[in-house]
Amino acid sequence: MGQQRITRAECAHVAALARLELTDEELDRFTGQLDELLDHVAEVEALEIDDLVPTMHALPITNLLRPDVPGDVLDRDEVLAHAPFAEDGQFRVPPVLGEAP
Amino acid sequence: MSAEAAAIPGLGAPADTEWETVVGLEVHAELATETKLFSASPNRFGGDPNTHIDPVSLGLPGSLPVLNEKAVELAIRVGLALNCRIQPSVFARKNYFYPDMPKDYQISQYDQPINVDGWLELPTGKRIGIERAHLEEDTGKTVHIGGGGRIHEAGYSLVDYNRAGVPLIEIVGHPELRSATEARLYVAEVRSILVAVGASDGKMEEGSLRVDCNVSVRPLGSDRLGTRCEIKNVNSLRSLGRAIEYESRRQIDLLTSGQAIEQQTRHWNEDDGRTHALRSKEEDYDYRYFPEPDLLPLDPSPEWVEQIRQELPSLPRDRRLRLVEVAPSTDADHIALAVERSMDELALAAIEGGGAPERVMTHIVHNLADGPGQLTPDALAGLVGMEDKGELTATQAKRVLAVLVDGGGSPQDAAQSLGFEAMDTGELESLVDGLISNHPDEWSRFCDGDAKLTGFFVGQVMKATRGRADGKAVTQLLHSRKG
Amino acid sequence: MTAVEIAAAVRSGQQSARTVVDEYLGAVAEGDADIRAFNLVTEGQARARADAIDSAVAAGRDPGPLAGVPVALKDNMCTRGVPTTCSSRILEGWAPPYDATVVERLHAAGAVIVGKTNMDEFAMGSSTENSAFGPTRNPCDTSRVPGGSSGGSAAAVAAGFAPVALGSDTGGSIRQPAALCGVVGVKPTYGLVSRYGLVAFASSLDQIGPFTTTVADSATVLDVISGPDHRDSTSIGESQPSVSATLDNGVDGLRVGVLAELSGDGIAPDVAARVQAAASALESAGARVAKASAPSAVYGLSAYYLIAPAEASSNLARYDGVRYGLRVDGDSTPDMNTATRSAGFGDEVKRRIMIGTYALSAGYYDAYYGKAQKVRTLIINDFASVWEEFDLLVSPTSPTTAFSLGERTADPMAMYMSDVCTVPVNLTGQAAMSVPFGVGDDGLPVGVQILAPALGEPVMFRAAAVLEASR
Ligand SMILES: [Mg+2]
Ligand SMILES: [Zn+2]
Repeated sequence: MGQQRITRAECAHVAALARLELTDEELDRFTGQLDELLDHVAEVEALEIDDLVPTMHALPITNLLRPDVPGDVLDRDEVLAHAPFAEDGQFRVPPVLGEAP
Repeated sequence: MSAEAAAIPGLGAPADTEWETVVGLEVHAELATETKLFSASPNRFGGDPNTHIDPVSLGLPGSLPVLNEKAVELAIRVGLALNCRIQPSVFARKNYFYPDMPKDYQISQYDQPINVDGWLELPTGKRIGIERAHLEEDTGKTVHIGGGGRIHEAGYSLVDYNRAGVPLIEIVGHPELRSATEARLYVAEVRSILVAVGASDGKMEEGSLRVDCNVSVRPLGSDRLGTRCEIKNVNSLRSLGRAIEYESRRQIDLLTSGQAIEQQTRHWNEDDGRTHALRSKEEDYDYRYFPEPDLLPLDPSPEWVEQIRQELPSLPRDRRLRLVEVAPSTDADHIALAVERSMDELALAAIEGGGAPERVMTHIVHNLADGPGQLTPDALAGLVGMEDKGELTATQAKRVLAVLVDGGGSPQDAAQSLGFEAMDTGELESLVDGLISNHPDEWSRFCDGDAKLTGFFVGQVMKATRGRADGKAVTQLLHSRKG
Repeated sequence: MTAVEIAAAVRSGQQSARTVVDEYLGAVAEGDADIRAFNLVTEGQARARADAIDSAVAAGRDPGPLAGVPVALKDNMCTRGVPTTCSSRILEGWAPPYDATVVERLHAAGAVIVGKTNMDEFAMGSSTENSAFGPTRNPCDTSRVPGGSSGGSAAAVAAGFAPVALGSDTGGSIRQPAALCGVVGVKPTYGLVSRYGLVAFASSLDQIGPFTTTVADSATVLDVISGPDHRDSTSIGESQPSVSATLDNGVDGLRVGVLAELSGDGIAPDVAARVQAAASALESAGARVAKASAPSAVYGLSAYYLIAPAEASSNLARYDGVRYGLRVDGDSTPDMNTATRSAGFGDEVKRRIMIGTYALSAGYYDAYYGKAQKVRTLIINDFASVWEEFDLLVSPTSPTTAFSLGERTADPMAMYMSDVCTVPVNLTGQAAMSVPFGVGDDGLPVGVQILAPALGEPVMFRAAAVLEASR
């Protein structure tokens, strides 16, 4: 294995971005495992493929458009019955603290 | 707005003599489709919470987006109206966690938007560049309970996904606006265009039109852009103007006291009339954009785009230009107002039907604020003609106009019904001659050049005719009798 | 009985669907305690459905090409009102308010859904050990893994709990467990089968496909579940020819390549020997066999382990405790999101979410995700050249036969290597399937992978039928 590709601090930052909380033990373990994977995938670094177009979809499927016609809506009671916490026909959440980023 | 904007003197004048305000706006408009951008639940304002929902707009596991054809058509209409290039585009995911975002990512367009490189023209004639106008989905709505509904003090929040997935067009303008007034003119123009092409109802009060503004200041004459702040939560044209003026003042004060501007996102508070820091550039969120794998690239055929272009209605700018052509001496503000109130067709037809342009435009701008009602172009042209011939005074014409607006018909009939029958010249002459012989003192003072006496004689004629006579004609007559 | 035989018997009234279903449900009741293929057995619904099919037959109606055929569904396909868990704690308590397109199509064809099968959590894994409900065991040897992530579906068919199961294949998750359990498993061309209602792992790679004991059964099931769907934008818009119709056309004159890049290093000799034997069998049946090469295929695993986690990190963001499934409370919504996700996801899911988040994050996108998408282009280009010379390719499906439970759980890289032969095809969107072809030195099944160009299913199935017949 070469130089370290991802640090423990970067790993912690990534976990926070993904809304995951890791214990110290998990953070140590994941840092090592992610580093090993990144080390493996680094084999593609050497490939000189800058001029290739990235593939987003493997097959040339043509675009599908939907006519602007209303369809069925879901039954609110059925949906809210599966919600962790509902109130007044809405989904209840703890304080959101701030506006969307 | 424009009555408001039109009332502001000196459009485009800088607020300060040493500093220049630079404003760039991002306008989000909800598109007037029947259904959501990626699913078939209704796109409708209001309704009980969580009743306009389907698996896609709730982000249920296994649900997939399918693009609404009408939303694409409306986006192309907007792009064409904004003189943009319509190009193949790609949807991308903008990843961030927020409870009103059902998938915790927003499907938007990132580096390949559908419309790019356009412009619009303000009623003042100034052109503002449009960087892009792209499609994206709206979020749901979060209501904060407790703490007076304020986000930071709330005890908890409730989420309604009715709005989640409603199609939006985001119009990003270049930072080429130079004052709060210009910014307001710009938004009004964007709104007129959106409404004209049928893309949106443009209602700011219902949130179907939302504006984020980027404000910076720089010393007058500089061509470098200063550090900007982005202002959120501007919910009306009035607050847009206030927010820009406040923010520009705040930045100028900081700079003149030797401090630096920090690049920030700021929140406009309507109650205290200030902007407040939300977060700094360093706290910028990492959205991890990447192409949306559930959707294919959008590549509207040139034939389709051409067809949409053919069907495009005439736009506010063109309508203003046509009006200027037939009524060249009218104020720019009045032209803009006529178009904004959709009274330009009436004005054009009345002028074409022989009405004097100045008089027609005066009625359009000042006397028809509540709309034309039953008034036809021919009736308006006829009314203006009667005024020209001295058959109606300005005051009478206004009253006749009110009758035409309420009940239609011809101006002649309306004038008659009000008792404003045209007086023939002989009748007026004998009336004036009678007055002269009955008031010899006043007459000699008039002949000696006492202008006040003009009013006396005109007033007497009006009294005798119950306002039917034309004041101008009376004045002329008096002068001709003086010899 | 095969699915084709069951459907024929039920359609003709020779046998009742109810008898068939009762028999399979009996086998589940008796054997699944050892195998643990199912997360949920929907006995009541299955019996009711079987009765409805029998009534239809009695009334002279044709229930369809899968009349009375019991089908097990991987637990990542939405079934209205029936829990769909992805073998994750985070979906605890959730039942979808809608059916996946494949479920609708199975119903319309007369199939009887008997339950939801175990899987690696959110389809992330190659052994079905990453299930919140415990591992599934390989029916051929219960000390071994069944492969994954569709291990429950593969085991259900191998154990005789159902003649048909559906799985999903993102990097080999149908083909590898099919190989390890000794059944047929198909990864159709991307876009051939609708993904609507399939809980997403990696959207640009996921495909649904069948597990069966025979090639003809897989062909029948594929014909039922494939076809355009206006609810999936990535679904291929045109109907494709029936695969069953040409199943017996043989391989005479077909050009078959043995893919060099997936034959050498890292492939167990006993597995490699079976692939050679398969090539010979095809040759004996009239195919022209030669060595083929797609040099960039070796980079498939690297590209895959960037692209799939990147898409997954975004697809799995929605499990935030707000709308459905698990919630672990917190003082604020961000805290609640974090607590829910930390408790609800297992290690492998967390690992992949982190890799994917990293690969997409500011400053790393070009080096990782962007680069991987270009490697994908490179692999597609290489395969395009191969298809100029060959109609089909063969390779191992898995580098080894079934490994022991626990053998690779501590070493994610070793586990990822299980997918080396299968991932290139997910990146290119092409068709591939695994056909059982004898056993390895340990007596456990070996699968041979047949690869075809996009929409090459009819030809691929002809070769599979030849291998099946010559086994
Ligand atoms: Mg924006
Ligand atoms: Zn936006």
